[in-house]
Amino acid sequence: MEFDSNYPIYLQIVGEIKRQIIIGNLMPGDKLPSNSDMALQYKINPNTVQRIYKQLEHEGICFTRRGLGTYLIEDDNLTTRMKTEAVTKMVSTFLSKMSSLGFSPSDAINIIKDIQK
Amino acid sequence: MLQFENIVKGYGSKKALNGLNISFERGKVYALVGPNGSGKSTMMKIAAGLVKPTTGRCTYEGVPIGPSTKSKISYMSTEPFYYDYMKIRDVEKYYYDFYSDFSTDKFKDLLKFMELEEDLKVKSLSSGMAAKLKIAATLSRNAEMIMLDEPLNGIDLIGRDQIINAVIKATNPNSSFIISSHLFDELETIVDNVVMIKKGAVALEGELETIREKHQKSISDLYREMYSTEDGLSSDIWGK
Repeated sequence: MEFDSNYPIYLQIVGEIKRQIIIGNLMPGDKLPSNSDMALQYKINPNTVQRIYKQLEHEGICFTRRGLGTYLIEDDNLTTRMKTEAVTKMVSTFLSKMSSLGFSPSDAINIIKDIQK
Repeated sequence: MLQFENIVKGYGSKKALNGLNISFERGKVYALVGPNGSGKSTMMKIAAGLVKPTTGRCTYEGVPIGPSTKSKISYMSTEPFYYDYMKIRDVEKYYYDFYSDFSTDKFKDLLKFMELEEDLKVKSLSSGMAAKLKIAATLSRNAEMIMLDEPLNGIDLIGRDQIINAVIKATNPNSSFIISSHLFDELETIVDNVVMIKKGAVALEGELETIREKHQKSISDLYREMYSTEDGLSSDIWGK
């Protein structure tokens, strides 16, 4: 994976894991790789892996079973939740970019409709 | 764990280190960066007990650097240090005799990982293979502090991946790593902390993500800013 050096690495991988959930490569209840496997997979420091799991846990995406490893939560809504989160983020970024060019949200909607035709 | 206090090291009238203060903590991976001649190697050599500071104090767990700390610190210099007559197998014996914390099993695993054969003569190794051998030997010690001086210098992409992976595998909560490089980018993903050295003193140090957040720019950009000023360029020559 190529990293953007302007942005924390752990958050970039958190984003990548969410993407894996959205596209269905990771399913609710799946076991996530161990710290050392994950470190080798992304060529990162194991301490960074801990940070990734802490962040995912904080966002209620995964949990740790003592001595067994880290698992995605067993919630069928997880995928939908990730999708909604990603889409909301994309659209708000888009709207703020449009706004910086002087277009209101309704202008933006009209432009989308025009392109759709 | 490892502490440098007001270290000055002069070579003749030139000062390789000029009032260096820093401490390294357990369980972390540090990138030690700075241009050639900024004092990185001198710093490591002092911690390894190979060079004595002119003034100042260097201690490991409160104990001044000396024979007892050498057994806990594994150091890899930039210079090749094996005899030409040796085969890789002899390097293994040499390390085994020398260091009580040397693990033959670990070394054999690392050789396999680095794709090196025990029958090869040190003299016949390419520079990339020789570099990988040095790393394998250094990482095979169960040392608390592992210092690698420019481990990626002159290594091709595949070798670089192998070395990075070997370092990742070797990390553990009990050991600290200090890895020097004059190119920060190649270390960015595997370190916790960064220490930037300029003119023999610490110019900037701290946790990678904290620094990135505080300065709102990539570490590489910060590095360029720090060293590409007119003032910074002269730091290529000691103590100018």
